[in-house]
Amino acid sequence: MAQNIVYGLFVGGIYGIAAVGLALAFGVMNVLNIAHGELLMFGGYISFWLFSLLGIDPFVSLIICIPALFLIGLLLDRLVYRHVARLRGEAKIKNSLLISFGLVLILQNVAIRLFTADERTTQVSYIGQGINLFGIALPYTRLMGLVIALVTILALHLFLQRTDSGKAIRATAEDWEAAELSGINVPRVYMLTFALGAALAGIAGTLVSVTSSVAPSIGLDWTLKALIVVVLAGTGSIIGAFPAGLLLGLVEALSSIFISASYREVVGLVIFLLVLLIRPQGLFGSREAA
Amino acid sequence: MLHIEKVAAAYGDVQALWDVSLDVQVNEIVVLIGPNGAGKTTLMRTIAGLHRPRSGRILFEGTALHTVAAHQIVERGIILVPEGRRLFEGMTVLENLQLGAYTRRAKQQRDKTLRHVLDIFPLLAERRHDRASSLSGGQQQMLAIGRALMGLPRLLMLDEPSLGLAPLIVRHIFEIVKSIKEEGVTVLLVEQNARRALELAHRAYILEQGRIVGTGSGSDLLHNDEVREAYLGYAPVTARTLT
Ligand SMILES: Nc1ncnc2c1ncn2[C@@H]1O[C@H](COP(=O)(O)OP(=O)(O)OP(=O)(O)O)[C@@H](O)[C@H]1O
Ligand SMILES: [Mg+2]
Repeated sequence: MAQNIVYGLFVGGIYGIAAVGLALAFGVMNVLNIAHGELLMFGGYISFWLFSLLGIDPFVSLIICIPALFLIGLLLDRLVYRHVARLRGEAKIKNSLLISFGLVLILQNVAIRLFTADERTTQVSYIGQGINLFGIALPYTRLMGLVIALVTILALHLFLQRTDSGKAIRATAEDWEAAELSGINVPRVYMLTFALGAALAGIAGTLVSVTSSVAPSIGLDWTLKALIVVVLAGTGSIIGAFPAGLLLGLVEALSSIFISASYREVVGLVIFLLVLLIRPQGLFGSREAA
Repeated sequence: MLHIEKVAAAYGDVQALWDVSLDVQVNEIVVLIGPNGAGKTTLMRTIAGLHRPRSGRILFEGTALHTVAAHQIVERGIILVPEGRRLFEGMTVLENLQLGAYTRRAKQQRDKTLRHVLDIFPLLAERRHDRASSLSGGQQQMLAIGRALMGLPRLLMLDEPSLGLAPLIVRHIFEIVKSIKEEGVTVLLVEQNARRALELAHRAYILEQGRIVGTGSGSDLLHNDEVREAYLGYAPVTARTLT
């Protein structure tokens, strides 16, 4: 039981990081990036290859993975999302869905060509080792993953609350026209936001490659998971997606004890529907944001 | 300073402005009045760069604005206090003010400008750590003006700053507009509150159904019969043409 809960939190931390990345683009740009899971998948591969070819520990190679995904994010914004973000209202959501879905197919195929369809796990030497606390196994890889998730969220929180760029992101999320009228370069804010979201996907991908496995096809599952968490948190809430991710991890873990492990995935979808029906503004969203 | 030449603007197929020409000279208060739906907001938004004109030109000190992004127009010193205030409601009073000084030009003097703005609006100083959404309507309007002042405007545009506010607060806001002008800021003011606005104005324009139908000095218009009838409530509104 306790072991399940702890594992639920470990997994939930990854959900949280993946979801906050999606929530950034959605909350600030009103763009739903279905290809978020593919960015996560690429992050996972970067960490896998840096480890298997060069022997770099995945938690160390984050210093390469994060900027790499950030750059990919900048590029995607330049090439694709900037043009979507310019649209208004319904056209924007529709186009962002269609375009990012196309991107899913492209990125998946690129991944198959480059990496083959095999499942890969970053098998560090200390995999399986860990601490035993009152009979609860705490593997080092999972512990490190959770620590990195927490540090990432704290850093993002401080960035959004304290820095001028972070405040510009929050202002743009609230009212992009008022942001422009304050002299904020909104297309630039969008670019930064999207790149940050991609960098978070990179971190999540690294954690996935260490604690489970990556394959070219994992993207959509992760996008769906992140989307459930974003809805759970409330679409106006960016940082709130993290605790919501932890919560989903926990609920999944408990459901595999009390119901059955095979219903784990279904539980998330049921929560998704329940939240939409009962509390559409989400757990942390304000009423207007919904 | 600001020269608007034959500007037309539309929302899709619906044209909102026809051949609007208007000038603002340095250190004037120019007032724009007109009934609901006349296109006043559309004109303000077009000058500010949030809406692109379909034809015509907008020049600020001789350089074109109508091809420039809204945030760059702010950088040049043209700042709009938009209709409905449009504060960042989830953020604090202080954050709203800081965001007003986002351009490179304004950021360099941010702390100094902040002290100045808080002197003008001592109420905002008291509530600086509160969320903007917790302010009263009058305080919110002051914050909207304060945020615009943080950007160091040379031309300040205000779109119906008195809308929905109590008379006492309206008077206060008009006094502030006047003192802003006395600090050397040029003002372009949209108002439904025509009498007060015209009393303040050096010059005024009347916009009806997307067209400029009249212009003159503030006091001329205050004493113009047709204006008195239509905007100052001296007689029932009748059909009229103004030149
Ligand atoms: N977003 C929009 N889409 C379509 N039409 C619009 C839009 N905004 C304004 N209009 C139309 O353009 C015309 C001018 O509107 P505008 O808001 O500029 O008038 P206004 O003079 O500011 O009115 P008010 O005194 O009510 O603020 C109106 O006929 C209005 O219906
Ligand atoms: Mg208006």
